[in-house]
Amino acid sequence: MPKRTDIKKILLIGSGPIVIGQACEFDYSGTQACKALREEGYKIVLVNSNPATIMTDPEIADATYIEPLSLEILELIIKKERPDALLPTMGGQTALNLAVELSESGFLDRYGVELIGAKLPAIKKAEDRELFKEAMRKICLDVPKSAAITSMKDGLDIIEHIGFPAILRPAFTLGGTGGGIAYNIEEYRELLEKGLKLSPVHQVLVEESVLGWKEYELEVMRDRKDNVVIICSIENFDAMGVHTGDSITVAPAQTLTDKEYQRMRDAAIAVIREIGVDTGGSNIQFAINPKTGRMIVIEMNPRVSRSSALASKATGFPIAKIAAKLAVGYTLDEIRNDITRETPASFEPTIDYVVTKIPRFTFEKFPEADATLTTQMKSVGEVMSIGRTFKESLQKALRSLEIGSAGLEPVEANIDTIKSKLKTPNAERIWYIAQALRQGMGVDEIYELTWIDPWFLNNIKQIVEMEKGIRAEARESGSAEGKNFLAILRNAKEYGFSDRRIAELIEKTEIEIRNLRKNMGLKPVYKLVDTCAAEFEAYTPYLYSTYEKPYYSAEERKDGSAEGWKDGRTEERKSGSAEGWKDGRTEVRKDGSAEERTSEVPNFKAVVDCEANPTDKKKVIILGSGPNRIGQGIEFDYCCVHAVFALKELEYETIMVNCNPETVSTDYDTADRLYFEPLTIEDVLNIIEKEKPEGVIVQFGGQTPLKLAVPLEREGVKILGTSPDSIDRAEDRKRFKELLHKLNLKQPESGTAMSCEEAVNVADRIGYPVMVRPSYVLGGRAMEIVYNEMSLTDYMRRAVKASPEHPILIDKYLEDAIEVDVDAISDGVDVIIGGVMEHIEEAGIHSGDSACSIPPYSLPSDIVDEIKRQAKALARELHVVGLMNVQFAVKRKEQQSSRAAEQGGVDNYEIYILEVNPRASRTIPYVSKATGIPLAKLAAKVMIGKTLKELGIVKEREIEHVAVKEAIFPFDRFPGVDVILGPEMKSTGEVMGIDKDFGLAYAKAQAASNNKIPTSGKIFISVKDKDKPHTVEIAKSLSEMGFQLIATRGTKQYLEDSGINVDLINKVTEGRPHVVDMIKNREVNFIINTVTGAQAQKDSLSIRRSALQHNIPYTTTISGAKAVLRAIEMLLKRELSIKSIQEYHNNG
Amino acid sequence: MGKALLVLADGTVFEGMSFGSEGEAIGEVVFNTSMTGYQEILTDPSYKGQIVTMTYTQIGNYGVNAEDIESSDGPKVEGFVVREYLDFPSNWRSQMSLGQYLRENNIVGIEDIDTRALTRYLRNNGAQMGIISTVDLNPESLLEKVKKHPAISTFDLVKDVTTKEKYSWNEGCWKIRAEEQKSRRSEEKTSELPNFRAFELKWVVVYDFGVKFNILRNLVEAGFNVSVVPAQTPAEAVLERNPDGILLSNGPGDPETVTYGIENTKKLIGKRPIFGICLGHQILGLALGGRTYKLKFGHHGGNHPVKDLKTGRVEITSQNHNYCVDINSLKGQVKLTHRNLFDGSEEGMEHVELPVFSVQHHPEAGPGPNDSTHLFKRFRKMMEEKC
Repeated sequence: MPKRTDIKKILLIGSGPIVIGQACEFDYSGTQACKALREEGYKIVLVNSNPATIMTDPEIADATYIEPLSLEILELIIKKERPDALLPTMGGQTALNLAVELSESGFLDRYGVELIGAKLPAIKKAEDRELFKEAMRKICLDVPKSAAITSMKDGLDIIEHIGFPAILRPAFTLGGTGGGIAYNIEEYRELLEKGLKLSPVHQVLVEESVLGWKEYELEVMRDRKDNVVIICSIENFDAMGVHTGDSITVAPAQTLTDKEYQRMRDAAIAVIREIGVDTGGSNIQFAINPKTGRMIVIEMNPRVSRSSALASKATGFPIAKIAAKLAVGYTLDEIRNDITRETPASFEPTIDYVVTKIPRFTFEKFPEADATLTTQMKSVGEVMSIGRTFKESLQKALRSLEIGSAGLEPVEANIDTIKSKLKTPNAERIWYIAQALRQGMGVDEIYELTWIDPWFLNNIKQIVEMEKGIRAEARESGSAEGKNFLAILRNAKEYGFSDRRIAELIEKTEIEIRNLRKNMGLKPVYKLVDTCAAEFEAYTPYLYSTYEKPYYSAEERKDGSAEGWKDGRTEERKSGSAEGWKDGRTEVRKDGSAEERTSEVPNFKAVVDCEANPTDKKKVIILGSGPNRIGQGIEFDYCCVHAVFALKELEYETIMVNCNPETVSTDYDTADRLYFEPLTIEDVLNIIEKEKPEGVIVQFGGQTPLKLAVPLEREGVKILGTSPDSIDRAEDRKRFKELLHKLNLKQPESGTAMSCEEAVNVADRIGYPVMVRPSYVLGGRAMEIVYNEMSLTDYMRRAVKASPEHPILIDKYLEDAIEVDVDAISDGVDVIIGGVMEHIEEAGIHSGDSACSIPPYSLPSDIVDEIKRQAKALARELHVVGLMNVQFAVKRKEQQSSRAAEQGGVDNYEIYILEVNPRASRTIPYVSKATGIPLAKLAAKVMIGKTLKELGIVKEREIEHVAVKEAIFPFDRFPGVDVILGPEMKSTGEVMGIDKDFGLAYAKAQAASNNKIPTSGKIFISVKDKDKPHTVEIAKSLSEMGFQLIATRGTKQYLEDSGINVDLINKVTEGRPHVVDMIKNREVNFIINTVTGAQAQKDSLSIRRSALQHNIPYTTTISGAKAVLRAIEMLLKRELSIKSIQEYHNNG
Repeated sequence: MGKALLVLADGTVFEGMSFGSEGEAIGEVVFNTSMTGYQEILTDPSYKGQIVTMTYTQIGNYGVNAEDIESSDGPKVEGFVVREYLDFPSNWRSQMSLGQYLRENNIVGIEDIDTRALTRYLRNNGAQMGIISTVDLNPESLLEKVKKHPAISTFDLVKDVTTKEKYSWNEGCWKIRAEEQKSRRSEEKTSELPNFRAFELKWVVVYDFGVKFNILRNLVEAGFNVSVVPAQTPAEAVLERNPDGILLSNGPGDPETVTYGIENTKKLIGKRPIFGICLGHQILGLALGGRTYKLKFGHHGGNHPVKDLKTGRVEITSQNHNYCVDINSLKGQVKLTHRNLFDGSEEGMEHVELPVFSVQHHPEAGPGPNDSTHLFKRFRKMMEEKC
């Protein structure tokens, strides 16, 4: 069936900001979908509030709206663009929910927009628990005993029938927000109450517990001719009870016989047919009772999902791209498999390796959060790895996580601790399993505690036994060079042991092991991900490393006809001449065991089958950013992808190395060659040695590749762009101080301390408040602002082990300073400012957590000019080649009258430099979207020698609109965690609001971050004493605009003294009804709440938590409140309007 | 476990470890790309004379059980080649480890070789004879042995695997116990229905060229009484018993070596509805006067898309064959009904007039997808139409 010609223009909804449960996998799927549909000649209208996405690049769609994902905005877009169809299945739950709303309200019908991919009834049937269950019964599939509950009373009745433990899942929430397991009636009541509130339709599914059952997922695709294929099966390492997003998962399914697998496959096909997803991908989850084999259907996602991104990367089958083509009418057999070229997409990928996904958690950012893994997702990212065996892929995945682990390191714990860590699912459980095995616990006993299938446990046991073998052999050989040791080293590498882990085991250094390994010719080979287990030739160089033994060819073969070696893809086979064989031969001959074999196999040549086949083109390796975590997310993947695009434009061969399956960078379509590998020095060096690139780009992937810059350079690898020495000059505290001194630039006063005493002395010298942090962690971890000696000594005791190698850094905290970020690009001669961002929140709040505005919205222009001058001076001094980010704090001189300050004048302000990072920053995509200048692309070109002049960039782009970025936080995922912002970064993602002026742009950014600013109603104000004077003006204006103000006693008194009319409300401690009651009753429309001091913060926590829970918009800073005020002013004046990015930039 | 060698007839040597029985085995080396179903593959009589390499790397995971067999008396493969054998089966139905099973049945198994390298080698150079040995570790002597061994196309393997005696079969497809109970209950209900005649069983005689049990099970599911007869059974003897239909089963080796099968089939065509599967399809092709040819490395796996040319539907199929029918050589007599979308090869045909049809792939699955099991119903319907 050919594609549809009755539709011309298709609307695609993105998934919005990165949040837990919805990460960059939807950028990957959305981008693929856009590309696939435009390829077919359709016009694409795209909406997404997240500027850090590839999909919102102006080239990806015909009209791109970086606007809030709300009903009213979508209606405006549909009215303006008049698309023929809406594809709702690419933007996660967010897009699906919006599509349902638009469809149910009749809006789509009114404007003649057809839902393609999945129709409303199918979406409803899949998403509504009750309808889904009914559908499953109809096709004779088993489901857990359950009931959809809409009231507390029903809930209490039904639980008698279902029994404990029971699982609760609120309907229509992201990643199972608000779900959980209740073991008793008390927990049940609590979870049910919460779930009913959280569900937008006030419905909670209560269900029979299948805790401990085996969990599986199938990725299914269907076309409009009803052809159905299974793309991938996934078996969860963690049993039922841990959200699949938080589980270690493995592809393909490992412990099902063919009969059992086919039963599941048949069921999946029946499900997609019954639910009626017309075309595209779906994900279906199953649970299997490990003792009886009873199979039940858990749920289905009628759209592409996180698992489909994983399945795409695991198999090489691009689910989203194919789903998009199916949605416009193609059938599977009409679409080509890109990898094999000759075969169609109507097949089921078969793989000859094992894929392991491990989630990445950031509980260290939320010490108050409960770190137990449950049915509610808590991980912020994931890594995937590919190995020939489960053992290899597991160990590769562990070192991909970048949490300092190189494998299954021992944990120091007694047997009781171990048991409790096994019993309660947690992020470190895998290490405790290995430790339990080391301490002699049996697989059966571990199974009883964890319900993790013994097959997985036995594999871990083999890894632990290999550790013993390595140690014993090293001891016995007396050295690590004995023949037997070399044999066991080979086995260990096949098991996926890293050099570092082996080094730890036998008390050597990683470099020693690497050299030893290289001397014996023990190098990885690279195999292709080809969708077909080598049955057909593959044309896409999507590679993973493994260790394989050689095979041997009879001598005469080599000298005989070249015919046998027709396949040019094996380098060792490529040439018939003896020369060509040398590599392969020497590689193996150095190996002790191979020598032995050679003597046994006379006249035979060893061949190690490696499919990398590097080209001799000019090429560059781009190192990716690894798993998403707080502080390093999609922004860096965006930059890496742009580097790839830019270098491709200059006809370089681009080679991507990354291990994050959610990303666009790990699409085999993005770079010319993709190595799906951990970003460790070992794995990266192996690739570099194979590929021999001109250079490596480490600037774009955040800390992950940056950390490798110096070790790589030490190994003689050329680092492109700004030199590692310049990076060091900016990062090393002492050298940085000298640098600023040389340029006559200012820095907040600072000092370092090795002890508590020293810290107190330093603080006394520079004056409180001070910002303290340990020197060895990055990204604002364990950073705090302390206001007095007591807090400082407390911090020193609590937070850190100070030592001469790792002193504590103490900086003067600039209170009430305005923080400014600058991104600039330089070719080593010219420096162009990319954007100056004025933060909304004051300095001291992590820059990643602050909202900010391009252009600056309150700073006088001469200050902005001075900031630019300083940034340029820094770039020149550091010989930046590529990107640079500088963080400034601007503080008004205290002696000056406010009037003088308002008139501007550099003399009235002090400009401090907080930090310089000569690399791509988190704000690059936002700046690029705001200004229309593709900074990352330009930077990549500059790094390989182009000048800015050559690229036509001679001056900064001035914009006439305003773009505001706002951060998105995962607080709703972590009950009990405070929403107060600080120097520690906590946000997972960002949105952008763009409009004619600051007020509207800010309002949009707030709306996009689910913090919609009201234009009427009641505003609750409770501020710390220091903020009270600033509050007067705000309160006055709000009152004048018709808002009713409410405050607790102190604030009310203060405001009334200034002549503002305020209603009184009790604090929580003052009796009822109190402020939290009011929030729960949704009698408040906005909350302004600032606090200082631990006690006050604790007392008012319930206000902020309940605001969060009941989705009442709030701000926790005065600067935020001021911005809100400007937004309200504009919202009252103007109607909401929209404009595409293309319109903004073409006019600009 | 000790060392083992796999030597291909062209002198390529793979060294690994033994995980099955001690000994030596010679056969045509082929690869199978199914990720599950090693037990079905091992016991599939079509693999007689072949050494099977699994492209999936983790083998042994779920052990072996008494249910998932495709023939009696243990594995039919000559030898088994895997990347990693895992000796700790984990599955509620597992009764024995794969290693033990191979040892008990005297099948050699070799692990710890680069099976992807071997697969690519076979893909590029074609299937060829090979030898696995755990006892003779001298590659040159092994090479000599394998070179001396006749090629697979030179002898009839069917006679090694066909049943000695005729038998009848009444076991249906595998269902797990809980479901079995459920369906039994529903059967009880249906038996109370008045129009029970609609479920009247038809009688099929299966020519056993190396039949997979799943063919028999699927015939039972489709409503047949099933009798299985030895491959050499004269057509006359079958027709005498007056069955409703005849199924020509799958089996090993080169169809041209099964001369008696071809001759008997010639006599059956037009007399009774015939359904041919795999080797049965090839024998039918030859009996109709067509020709067959050998593929470079065959089709062995569970993911090949086959298009039903009548409906346009694509089915994901189980495949296991090295030979194909050149349907063009039967022009005018038969119509091409199925095509393999991977390589365009011809997968199925039906006679233009007579109730005779056949497919190259395996509608019975085991291992592989159940997408094509409807063909058994089609066969059954053919008989109803005839009545």
